[in-house]
Amino acid sequence: MKLKTALLGAAASLALAPMALADAHEGERGRDGEVKIIYWQAPSILNPYLSGGTKELEAASLIIEPLARYDTDGNLVAWLAEEVPTVANGGVSEDLKTITWKLKPGLVWSDGTPLTSEDVKFSWEYCTAEGGGCAQGEKYLDVVSVDTPDELTAVVNFSVAKPFPYGPFVGAQAPIIQKAQFADCMGPKAPECTDENFGPIGTGPFVVTDFRTNDVFTAVANENYREAGKPAFASVTFKGGGDAAAAGRAVHETGEYDYAWNLQLAPDVLAGMAEAGLGQNVAAFGTSVERILLNQTNVDPALGDQRGVIGNPHPFLTDKSVRQAMSMAIDRALLTEIGYGEFGRLTCNVLPAPAIFASDANDSCLVQDIEGAKGVLEAAGWTDTDGDGFRDKDGIKLSVLYQTSTNAVRQDYQALIKQWWEEIGVETELRNIDASVFFGSDPGSPDTFQKFFADVEMFTNNFDGTDPEAYMAGWTCDQAPQPSNQWQGNNMPRFCSEEYDALRAEMAVTGDINERARLAKAMNDILMQEYIILPLTHRGRNSAHAVSLGGVALNVWDSELWNIADWYRIPG
Amino acid sequence: MLTYTLRRLLLSIPTLLFIAFVIFMLLELAPGDPMASMPLTIPPEVKEKMREALGLGRPWYVRFPLWLNQFFIVEPQYWFDQTFGTNFANGAQRIISFQSRSPVFDTIAERMPQTLWVVGMSYVVGVLIALPIGIISAYKQYSVFDQAGTFVSMIGFSVPPFFSGVLLIVVFSVQLKWLPSIYDTTHVVTGWDSFVFQLRQMVMPVMVLALQTTAQVSRYMRASMLDNLGQDYVRTARAKGMSESVVVMKHVLRNSMLPVITVIALGIPAIFGGAIITEQIFKVNGLGQLLITALQGSDIPMVMTITFLLAVLIVMMNLIADVLYGILDPRIRYD
Amino acid sequence: MTDLTNVEMEVVEKPRSQWRDVWDQFKTHKGAVAGLSFLIFITLFAAVGPFLWDVDPGRLDIRNKDVRPIYMGLFDSSAKVSWANPMGTDNLGRDIMANIMQGGRISLAVGWTAMVLAVVLGTTIGVLAGYFKRLDGLLMRFTDLVLALPLLPLLLVMMLLFRDPLRAAFGPETGIFLLIVAGIGITSWMQTARIVRGDVMALKEREFVLAARSIGTPARRMITRHLLPNVLSPIMVSATLGLATAIITESALSFLGLGFPSDFPTWGKILFDSVDRMTSFPERVIWPGLAISLTVLAVNYIGDGLRDALDPRIRGH
Repeated sequence: MKLKTALLGAAASLALAPMALADAHEGERGRDGEVKIIYWQAPSILNPYLSGGTKELEAASLIIEPLARYDTDGNLVAWLAEEVPTVANGGVSEDLKTITWKLKPGLVWSDGTPLTSEDVKFSWEYCTAEGGGCAQGEKYLDVVSVDTPDELTAVVNFSVAKPFPYGPFVGAQAPIIQKAQFADCMGPKAPECTDENFGPIGTGPFVVTDFRTNDVFTAVANENYREAGKPAFASVTFKGGGDAAAAGRAVHETGEYDYAWNLQLAPDVLAGMAEAGLGQNVAAFGTSVERILLNQTNVDPALGDQRGVIGNPHPFLTDKSVRQAMSMAIDRALLTEIGYGEFGRLTCNVLPAPAIFASDANDSCLVQDIEGAKGVLEAAGWTDTDGDGFRDKDGIKLSVLYQTSTNAVRQDYQALIKQWWEEIGVETELRNIDASVFFGSDPGSPDTFQKFFADVEMFTNNFDGTDPEAYMAGWTCDQAPQPSNQWQGNNMPRFCSEEYDALRAEMAVTGDINERARLAKAMNDILMQEYIILPLTHRGRNSAHAVSLGGVALNVWDSELWNIADWYRIPG
Repeated sequence: MLTYTLRRLLLSIPTLLFIAFVIFMLLELAPGDPMASMPLTIPPEVKEKMREALGLGRPWYVRFPLWLNQFFIVEPQYWFDQTFGTNFANGAQRIISFQSRSPVFDTIAERMPQTLWVVGMSYVVGVLIALPIGIISAYKQYSVFDQAGTFVSMIGFSVPPFFSGVLLIVVFSVQLKWLPSIYDTTHVVTGWDSFVFQLRQMVMPVMVLALQTTAQVSRYMRASMLDNLGQDYVRTARAKGMSESVVVMKHVLRNSMLPVITVIALGIPAIFGGAIITEQIFKVNGLGQLLITALQGSDIPMVMTITFLLAVLIVMMNLIADVLYGILDPRIRYD
Repeated sequence: MTDLTNVEMEVVEKPRSQWRDVWDQFKTHKGAVAGLSFLIFITLFAAVGPFLWDVDPGRLDIRNKDVRPIYMGLFDSSAKVSWANPMGTDNLGRDIMANIMQGGRISLAVGWTAMVLAVVLGTTIGVLAGYFKRLDGLLMRFTDLVLALPLLPLLLVMMLLFRDPLRAAFGPETGIFLLIVAGIGITSWMQTARIVRGDVMALKEREFVLAARSIGTPARRMITRHLLPNVLSPIMVSATLGLATAIITESALSFLGLGFPSDFPTWGKILFDSVDRMTSFPERVIWPGLAISLTVLAVNYIGDGLRDALDPRIRGH
């Protein structure tokens, strides 16, 4: 026994030695004092099951952890589990219907009690309890039961074959919560447990000491954290509120804070702030694409309750040459440079990442071609017959209403695109809508992005994790928001193609990763080559940290604060 | 006067109930969805379940009486239980915020200290500066003091806080590094040093807000004083040989206070409504920030409760102002 | 019948000399004259300017972005300046001078209309409530109600109900203009109303009003001839403050996405959009900021001058 421990210790120190040499920041837990983080949107709760918001997920990730999570490259790494189960290592059954997780031995909660497979099972029960309104229900889709053969083993059983079984207990969205703490908070009782929701007991590097909703919370290092000498910081102050510019200023210019999240600022503003020399901008790219959708249904207000219904085709956006010309007129390089600078990349795909899923069949969109666009319209018979500067055909004028949410960068995009479209003879009226209305789904409001009562709309979307199946499933015919489904669904352009639907059905039963990639690319290419969706920019996530803060590894596939246990203060 | 006050107090009950109803219906009609701030990756079916869990599935005529019951019966019961250790509430559902799933009154209480420190203090400071400026400006009309006062207060009023606040931060926090740009709401004053820190973090927001109050109140004070200084009774008082200070401070001032009282009374509810933009810029996170995040997140219980509390304050303050009119000018009769 | 001719004669004869007096007195007030001159200048700048300076404020010229104003060439020979854009261009290459002109049109129009609406509403309600005791309770409770309404949801509801009909009837630009003006106007009259009411209640008990009443002066004459002139100064103050508030509120609304579409510049919005780049490009905040402040200051001085000029006790001196 003694020998074994000693050997293990030796192996561990061997493994750690190169790292310790690389940057000498090993030492006692809590040696580096306080780290201050600012999120310009404040977290309102620390229970990610009750709020799906990014700010809540990331704040909670300091405290509670999943069995496995994604690293900075989007690879799954074991976290509370000993290893990531796969078919190869026998953790996932051949029929893809069960997945067996083994917990690391000896894990304890911050209150000192052991973490067991019962807690894993409970996390599933908590989220799927009737009347709880769990925000992460999607993660536990098709789970029929979780078995706990022993204290360290949890077996998840699915009702259907899951080619991608890493929904439950993986990523910042689906962490493990303590059964002992939340046992009385199931279902409709969830909101009554304010103390629990504001101060969950976790296995993570920090423990909440004071939580003020939508304002600030403080946490101290978890004395029972599984890795010795971590976290380097004794306490965290996590402040919320203000705006992105103020958060950037606090890190770059005044040095009051160490880390600022998601600085959605114009690149010249950010670069100007960084000149002060106190902070550093970091960026990472996930799957977010700023895109324009072209409506295939007629949304003329005169149609009354027939607006946007599939039987009423759009008067001119159903003409592919119009859509193509609108795409050709856009200078994506310029947009990206102005709006995102080095935090944006060019893309011609609505599915730009991971690399295996990214198509290269559409790259012609990268070059703006105003003359070509005019030619396409001309050839399709759209000419300016009445001399008002805008093209028309058979009494129909090319005139679009272009809506998006209120946001400085989006308004710059709107202004630029309006100019280009008007140059090729498409009249453009801009409208910007408050984000809480635009992204809401109030059935009484005509301004939601799902109703899409405009000809053109623009926003950013992405998908969780690395598997695009659910994302690509959004553009099948039955996903079109219609009055019959209370305007729910992700196919906002109300595009419908049998070929696309067939590919989607095939993907649902395909397990091989290369085959899945081929299908996803083919679906992407249909959307691109039909010009239903015009991708504009592959957006990175950009945050900033003080130059004195070490160990930051920006992660877009999981919580940005995923490795806060490894953060440390660079002396000097 | 007493009967008038009592009658008004009684009348304010139906008034407030009506106001509550109007606010509720307004929020009900307003577009917006508490699920709008959720990431787009959460599927619509899940969002629908979350909406149901928030109680949004029920019609307004069920939810409005429910809110009334919670506000007027359950919440006072909890308050009473907490104070006297009784158990009247018996576990009844309190008003719960959609965003944080916690009782809204707890959050409101949490926001009071910084709201009072910053917004309340700026109001007191603003009024205390404004009154003498208004009086002197009127008494020495078109003097250098009056001209400077007018100039500064009008410029101050017309520069929006989203500009003046950032300007102050750029100068005092970024360039000079004298003052913190982010307000620490967890700071507790325990001794001299922490008091100095509190002062340092309050200075900028208080300055921005006080400028607005000062400008407004001093303009009304000056105008009203000017009106009264020209009146016959002032000439009479002077002719009687009263000293100038008695004439101005006692007679003119008292008669000039009516519009000023109105403005000050209307400003007090606004303190508790917070200063949305200024709070946002200095990250004070008081009631203003609470209200705006609740509005943006369509957190109906929170918005409803805060606006109704403000309505109560508005009605009460206007009642106090009306009573004060009668005291300041006994000729005003309400009966 | 005789009454009528009397009134008419008064209207025809007396006012001429009275208004001449008022104007003479007004002219002696230096601040007021300067204010009036500036107001005329800025109004002409916004109204006529775009015809002389024929640059489309919305036109983007990305190669010429971030041009500094022409005077920067004096301090810094390396500064990017161009006579084609005397005030410089913004981060998308839009001409700032053209934007300030266009923005001035909208800001001034919103400011004046909303202010007039608020003052008229406030004064009417205040006078009615102060003079007619029977209306007081009802009108003041109504004032309490409007004071208690949160502006943001109110505007959202107004947008929801009226945006599309107004857009259909007046076009997108005028439709939004009407909505915003109405929104600001109907939520900013309450202070004026309460102040006017308080003053009227006090005035009503004064000797000269009692005297006028004892000779049987009808209510309308009482209000227009005796009460209104005496509450003029607080109304002037609220008008000045109201103008500033309206211009600033409009910019706050644009920020919340409830204002004009993003391609319609207003002073407040130009100022707001430029705050992030304040240290690198101070001119972008100085110009719109000055325009707002000086306009408000000008209106304030005009108000002062008018008040003095209309007060017969001062006019005699």
